[in-house]
Amino acid sequence: MSGAVPLLGGLDLAGLGPGLPPLVCLLGLLGVVAARRRPNLREGVSLATAGVNFALVLWLYARHRAGETLAWEGFSLAPGLALSFRVDALGLVFALVASGLWILNTLYSIGYMRAHDEPRQTRFYACFALAIAAVMGAAFSANLFGLFAFYEVLSLCTYPLVIHAQTPAARAGARKYLTLLLGASIGLLLPGLFLVYHLAGTLDFAPGGLLAGVAAADGTLVLAFLLLVYGMAKCAALPLHGWLPAAMVAPTPVSALLHAVAVVKMGVFGVSRVVFHVFGPETMARIGADDLLVGVACFTIVVASLIALAQDDLKRRLAYSTVSQLSYVLLGVGLGTGAGAVGGLLHIGMHATSKITLFFGAGAIYLACHKTRVSELDGIGRRMPITLTAFAIGALSMIGLPPTAGFVSKLFLVRGAAADPAGAVVLAVLVASALLNAAYFLPILWRAFFRPLPAGTEAGVHEAPWPCVLALSLTALGTVGLFLGHGPLLDLARAVAHAAFGGAE
Amino acid sequence: MDAQLPALVIVVPLLAALLVPLAGRRAAWGLVALALLLAFAGCVRLLVRAHALPEGEAIRYALGGWAAPVGIEYVVDRLNALVLTMLSGVAFLVALWMRRSTAREIRPPAVTGYYSVFLLMAAGLMGITITGDVFNLYVFLEIASITAYVLIAMGRRRQALYAGYSYLILGSLGATFILLGIGHLYMATGTLAMADIAAVFAREPQLYDSSVIRTAFAFFTVGLALKMALFPLHGWQPGAYAEAPSATSVFLAATATKVSAYALYRVAFTVFGVRFLETGLPVVRDALLVMACSAIVVGPLLAIRQHDLKRLLAYSSVGQIGYVVLGLALHNADGLTGSFLHFWNHAAAKGALFCVAGALAYRAGTTQVAALKGLGRRAPLTAMLLTVAACSMVGVPLTAGFLTKWYLARGALEAGQWAVIPVLLASSLFTAVYAWRLLQLAWFADEDGPVAEDVPWSMRAPSLVLGAACLVLGVAPLALPVAQAAAEALL
Repeated sequence: MSGAVPLLGGLDLAGLGPGLPPLVCLLGLLGVVAARRRPNLREGVSLATAGVNFALVLWLYARHRAGETLAWEGFSLAPGLALSFRVDALGLVFALVASGLWILNTLYSIGYMRAHDEPRQTRFYACFALAIAAVMGAAFSANLFGLFAFYEVLSLCTYPLVIHAQTPAARAGARKYLTLLLGASIGLLLPGLFLVYHLAGTLDFAPGGLLAGVAAADGTLVLAFLLLVYGMAKCAALPLHGWLPAAMVAPTPVSALLHAVAVVKMGVFGVSRVVFHVFGPETMARIGADDLLVGVACFTIVVASLIALAQDDLKRRLAYSTVSQLSYVLLGVGLGTGAGAVGGLLHIGMHATSKITLFFGAGAIYLACHKTRVSELDGIGRRMPITLTAFAIGALSMIGLPPTAGFVSKLFLVRGAAADPAGAVVLAVLVASALLNAAYFLPILWRAFFRPLPAGTEAGVHEAPWPCVLALSLTALGTVGLFLGHGPLLDLARAVAHAAFGGAE
Repeated sequence: MDAQLPALVIVVPLLAALLVPLAGRRAAWGLVALALLLAFAGCVRLLVRAHALPEGEAIRYALGGWAAPVGIEYVVDRLNALVLTMLSGVAFLVALWMRRSTAREIRPPAVTGYYSVFLLMAAGLMGITITGDVFNLYVFLEIASITAYVLIAMGRRRQALYAGYSYLILGSLGATFILLGIGHLYMATGTLAMADIAAVFAREPQLYDSSVIRTAFAFFTVGLALKMALFPLHGWQPGAYAEAPSATSVFLAATATKVSAYALYRVAFTVFGVRFLETGLPVVRDALLVMACSAIVVGPLLAIRQHDLKRLLAYSSVGQIGYVVLGLALHNADGLTGSFLHFWNHAAAKGALFCVAGALAYRAGTTQVAALKGLGRRAPLTAMLLTVAACSMVGVPLTAGFLTKWYLARGALEAGQWAVIPVLLASSLFTAVYAWRLLQLAWFADEDGPVAEDVPWSMRAPSLVLGAACLVLGVAPLALPVAQAAAEALL
């Protein structure tokens, strides 16, 4: 392999390739625990891990673009069960988005946790490090077992984050979070895994789908598809979405982690893997699973938006917005057209950047003014101009208006739907969703900027601590930036779509 | 000496058991540990040798130079080498672990006696595993049982006497059934050496239709099911595990019932033969399938409701023995592999969990589940141990427990027993419920009291080895080739 750097007495570190990011994150975990008595060092280790990890992913991207095949055999647990890693376009989409936003999320966490003087911070940062290790592992896993294993690790290691406050409310929320995620993964995903292995005799992802060419009844395949999709409850397809609003009890940096960076994206990434590399577009179309997925997605988009309309709690409103937006990704990969797939995959990055901005904003509002309800936000734009401007950008992106990232992915989705014979319904859903998004985001902005501050509130600018403001400004800039240049994301999404559907997009 | 190894691994602990009461308390403990270390080393060596032999052959050792069928023969093949290694390894770790724990839980004058009986039990269990003679198996079974009654009854509370007594009654009942089985077998075949009985069956296949033989098999199955606490014959087990001194619980829970399960495999496959299982008495296989599946579901379900950690773990064992038997009922290579993997996987996880219970008894003086509160702050390493072992019980991927479930599920699909899949999943979910309850208390309960110390390193280190085994066996394919070879050798 060219570019291999022999280090540590002949150990070929570069040869580990896609195995490196998860390993580095695990090292970061050890560092965090080792530095538990020195907060500055501990946070320094967290940030450094995030930075090194992102650099590694960029390095993998650069080598992938140069046409290299990057793989690491990893280790085999048993015949058919291996933790092995490979770099491909789909994995890179997820890895780039997660590792890039991770840096900002860590920065924001440090500001938030310090300002709040939260207890149990070592456990918090340790679980954070384990979470990103799991995300990196899942992104580069070369088989369904690896994806499943890291999926489970992510569920388990985010539980301590959700329950962090250890109040009765936090306990109840965390219980629902884990019950639903673990219940679905043990009760549905695991039997799905058994079934796929039983049918195909392998779990290795294949470009045209590992189940392509497997002789099995359509009904069995549809069953396997449903088990896998609903088993990954992290994609929050209705009716297995309840864990997301329940997990809103977590500290805001965790909400950002759950909603934007890692957890929900793990779900939609997993479903994309299932669509492209387990079943493959041809099998999907043959057994009608694509229409099934589109149906589920459309239903979720509309219903979750309607629920969001009724929420007064800001974070809950954002949570239901996430449920709805995630299904854009499912919709895109289910459409069965090149443009749809590009739109869906782009939306992983576009939604992540915008939603993290919104959550950072909500957290900053809570930190600076201790407000959590939409009805309390009158005039807050004058007290926290930077935060609310960033929030506005995120909201516009959710609606899908230029000049924000959300516009780009939705444009591709519309093109994808138009290419579909039954696209009229999908187009109607997309339009309705945009209107609904406007209906629950614009009133917030209107309150914040055009209503007077409640009597008795001191005037003057009062922002959250600087690491928080810095983080949310950067993500807001990123939201606009992704509109102007879609960067590597578009290339990668196109590569996935091209491999799946050929040239037409 | 290598040639004498099969005898030595039994004789060394037996002899040491005689010497231990003569030594002082510290020296006695040293002797126990040394004897078991030697036995473990011998078993590892036997495992390696058994795998070096061509398939179908075994290490045979004629005791006292009297060749079978007149004399007693010890046989080590790929299956029991795996069990022997597990047994002696756990026994050695428990011996290391128990010094501080017994000093606190056993009256000082009785400690050396306890050590001696402990060694006898270890020797008895290993004897059951290594012998190639059905009557000798019965003798060792009695040695292991009687010593177990004593080791249980030495618990601190008065209920321990009752628990020991109840095991005595039910255990004797089981042993009687086994003896009846042996008698029937002897009546029909005229020999007691396992290989010889198998040869008789090979010569006279019409024996399979004889009702004497069928009765014998039924007696064996019921007797061994009682000894291994297979649902619904598990009545003696929760009390015994809960009331026994901590060291007894760790050792019993990690090994004892599995040895009876092994005996069932040995009797079914080696003595009666694969053909008998397939054609002779298929109803027993179906019955075992139903019993194993019920155990797998009911065990963890009952565990959820317990307030005492040791009792909770005991009920979880009721479920786990189901995994060990399931392979026999599924009767294919993957199913057997899953069950054989579980000999090691469950020994590591359950041993580690009972070590946590022992640590609790040592520090808090109680084994109530509620006493786990704040463990993560007080004793982070012990809490980590609890976490890892509990994850392995649930079958989280990358822990040892997952591999068991994976192979059992594959075996079930291969055998066309689709209904087993929901059973496995339900059991994982129920296990997750009680494991979660324990972890919730250990890590996420508010506890503002002073930070107490963890248990001494002499207890922590051996238990951490068991915890590490839960991870290592889950990621590195160490146990798998051994289990697969054992499964292939049987079929």
